[in-house]
Amino acid sequence: MHEYSITESIIKIAEKHGREAGASRVESITLIVGDRSGFIGDSIRMYFDLIAEGTLCEGAELIIRPVRSLLRCPACGDTFHRRPLSFVCPVCGADGAPTETGKEFHIESITVS
Amino acid sequence: MHDIRKINVMENIHDENDHIASHVREDLTEKGIFAINVMGAPGIGKTSAIKGLIEKLRGITPYVIEGDIESDIDARALRALGVKTFQINTFGACHLDAPLVHNAVGNMEFDEKGVLFIENIGNLVCPAEFSIGEHALMLICSVTEGSDKPYKYPLAFEKADLILLNKVDLAPHLDFDEAFFMKGLRALNKDAPVIKLSAKTGEGFDEAAAWIAARAGR
Repeated sequence: MHEYSITESIIKIAEKHGREAGASRVESITLIVGDRSGFIGDSIRMYFDLIAEGTLCEGAELIIRPVRSLLRCPACGDTFHRRPLSFVCPVCGADGAPTETGKEFHIESITVS
Repeated sequence: MHDIRKINVMENIHDENDHIASHVREDLTEKGIFAINVMGAPGIGKTSAIKGLIEKLRGITPYVIEGDIESDIDARALRALGVKTFQINTFGACHLDAPLVHNAVGNMEFDEKGVLFIENIGNLVCPAEFSIGEHALMLICSVTEGSDKPYKYPLAFEKADLILLNKVDLAPHLDFDEAFFMKGLRALNKDAPVIKLSAKTGEGFDEAAAWIAARAGR
């Protein structure tokens, strides 16, 4: 449910850029999806073909580049991936703070013909 | 044979929502309305907290937008108290977004300056991902949920401006590990005040209302 409206937005953005470029067809869409964005690539994929029907994006290939989130340790500055139920820095044991890495949710590029 | 060309887009998929959200925020600011996005799991006490806070914010006109998947039970209870309440039913959608709130705000009459509580859908995940034009994000959690919630739902805790820990009257009967809860919470969010609350005994409401009044500039 959650990804339905977001997939509509993706198609709208891709169509807009395709149209601006005078394209007759969007061949592929490359998405950058951080694991803390809250959006599931597979779920977007599930809705994509359905919503893309009849648009410039019909039949386009959806390329999803996942990004793993990083925490930064405020004590030693190390960046690391968190372990389950913990934010602890593996180097010094302090609690890491969230960074922007992992929150990505954008269309990187499209290819058109 | 068609030529295939690459176009760099680099466009955030949330841009449209965020754009509408800033419009909503500007509109409300102009009207003298301080909007609070109220987030929390189902049954955590969002409506009870809103009711209790409205009672404490005497002299400040309250408004409520009630987000529910279905039903208008909460809206009716608030209207019975004389609070101007607008109901949004999402019929399945798991969060409010800026276009929904934009529409609701457009349908409400704000005759006086005041505080608008926007009760989001009961859910600790999706509402955190969508800005709805709020001035502050109030997260309600509770001792009955368990102390691991900051670790499991980090985004909601990271984004919150005020965190209310509800149902503390039940703490003696539970194994809520407050130190573990606070450790995770503070790793994500250094600044948000955490206020212990009980909608049953009234504990914490004065403090939470004072925070809202101060932030609203009242």
